[in-house]
Amino acid sequence: MTTVDLHTLTGAYALHALADDERERFERHAADCADCAQEVRELTAAAARLGLAVTASPGPALKDQVMRRIATVRQESPRTVPLTAPRAIGIRRRRPARWVLAAALAAAASLGGTAVWQHERAQDAQEQARQAERRADQVAAVLAAPDAKSRTATLAGGASGTVIVSKSRDQAVFIAARMAKPPSGKVYQLWFDDAGTMRSAGLMDPGRTTEAVLMEGSVDGASGMGITVEPAGGSAEPTSDPLALLSFPA
Amino acid sequence: MKEAVEIGRNPSAEPDLPDLMARVARGDQEAFASLYDVVAGPVLGIVRRVLRDRAQSEEVAQEVLVEAWRTAARYRPERGSVMNWVLTLAHQRAVDRVRSVEASAAREHKAALLDRTPEFDEVTEQVEARLEREQVRRCLRTLTELQRQSVTLAYYRGLTYREVAELLALPLGTVKTRLRDGLIRLRDCLGVTA
Ligand SMILES: [Zn+2]
Repeated sequence: MTTVDLHTLTGAYALHALADDERERFERHAADCADCAQEVRELTAAAARLGLAVTASPGPALKDQVMRRIATVRQESPRTVPLTAPRAIGIRRRRPARWVLAAALAAAASLGGTAVWQHERAQDAQEQARQAERRADQVAAVLAAPDAKSRTATLAGGASGTVIVSKSRDQAVFIAARMAKPPSGKVYQLWFDDAGTMRSAGLMDPGRTTEAVLMEGSVDGASGMGITVEPAGGSAEPTSDPLALLSFPA
Repeated sequence: MKEAVEIGRNPSAEPDLPDLMARVARGDQEAFASLYDVVAGPVLGIVRRVLRDRAQSEEVAQEVLVEAWRTAARYRPERGSVMNWVLTLAHQRAVDRVRSVEASAAREHKAALLDRTPEFDEVTEQVEARLEREQVRRCLRTLTELQRQSVTLAYYRGLTYREVAELLALPLGTVKTRLRDGLIRLRDCLGVTA
C-alpha cells in the first residue's frame, strides 16, 4: 500500500473499520505523519458523536455491578502507562512470532559480536572485555534459549525495540534499532515492570543507536519492560513517561 | 417544550470531566461514580447499537466501564474529551465482540444488514440526548447517500471497510474515501474540533 493510500485510511481507522494488519500499518504511518494524526483525532471525535446520538438509559443494576467490580479491580498506575494506548497511534505491538525472533537474532549477529558491548575508552580494558564477553555470552544464551519469546514495538521516528525473554534463564534482552540519540546529558534507561512498579534494568549506551542489551537483574515475575529518558547515570525510578512499554510475551 | 435548554451546547465537551478523570486515575471511587453517571448511557447506547443483543450489551458495557476505571491514567486531555475517550473505547470493544461472535453466522445475512432499520430510536428520554440526536441526524443528511450508508454501516454495525465494500458492491478505494469524506463532512457540520 502506498503512502498516498495510507493517508486516506484516517476515516476507516477512526471508525475501527480496518483489519488488524492494516490498522498496524496505518498506525506506523500515522506515528510519523502529523497530518494523519491530527485528522484521526478530529474524525475520532466526529465518530464519537455518532455514539453520543444513540445514548441509552441503563438500569440501576448496571451501576451497582460496575461500582462493585471497580472496588476490587486494580488500576494501572500512571507510571506504567504507555504514552499511547495499545491501539492508539505511536506504538505497535505484535504477537510473538518465530520470524520476529529470527529477525532479532539476525540483528544481534549483525552488531558484530562482543565488540558491541565493549567500551572503547575502558579504564580497565581487560576486565571490561571479560565482562563484555560474559554479557555477550548471556545475550546469546537468552536469544538461543529454547523457550525464548520476543515482542517488538515500533517507536517514533522509525526506531524499533524488541524484547526477548527466556523464562527458564529468568533473563531478558532488549534490542534497540535505529533509536534517536538521547539528548545530551541523558541516557535511555530500561526497566522491568513489576505489576506497576518500575525496577531498573540498566542503561543503554548513549553513543549507540542500535544495540542489544542484557537487561540487568532477573525477570522474576515482571510482566513487561519500559524504556525512559533519564539524566546521565540513570535514575532510581523513572522521572519521565516511558517512550515505550512492552508487555512480555506470555 | 418547557425545559430550559442551552442550544448548541456540546455534550462531548463537559468542562469538568478532565478533573473528574484525574481523580478517577488516583483511585477515587466517588469521582468514578460521577463519571459513570455521565458516560454510562452513551456507552450502553453505542454498545447496544453495534451488538443488537441486550444481554451481551450489558456485559460489554460493564467491561468497558471497568476498563475505563482500570486505565483512567491513560487519558490525555490534549488528545480529546473524556467522553470521546470513553466512547472510542466502547465502540472498539463492541466491534471486537461483534467480530468475534459474528465471524461465523450472522454476517452471512447481508440482507439483514442492509435493511432499513432506522438508526435512531424515536423514543428518547432526556432533552439533551434528543438534541444531540437531532443534530447528528441533521448532519448525517449533509452526507451523500453512499457516504452516509458507508459510515453508518461501519460505525453502527461494526463492519470493516472491506465488508462495507462487499456489501455495497463497491471498490475498496471508493469505500475508503467515502468513509473519510463522510466523516469530514460530519466533523465540519458538527463543528468538531480536536
Ligand atoms: Zn499520512
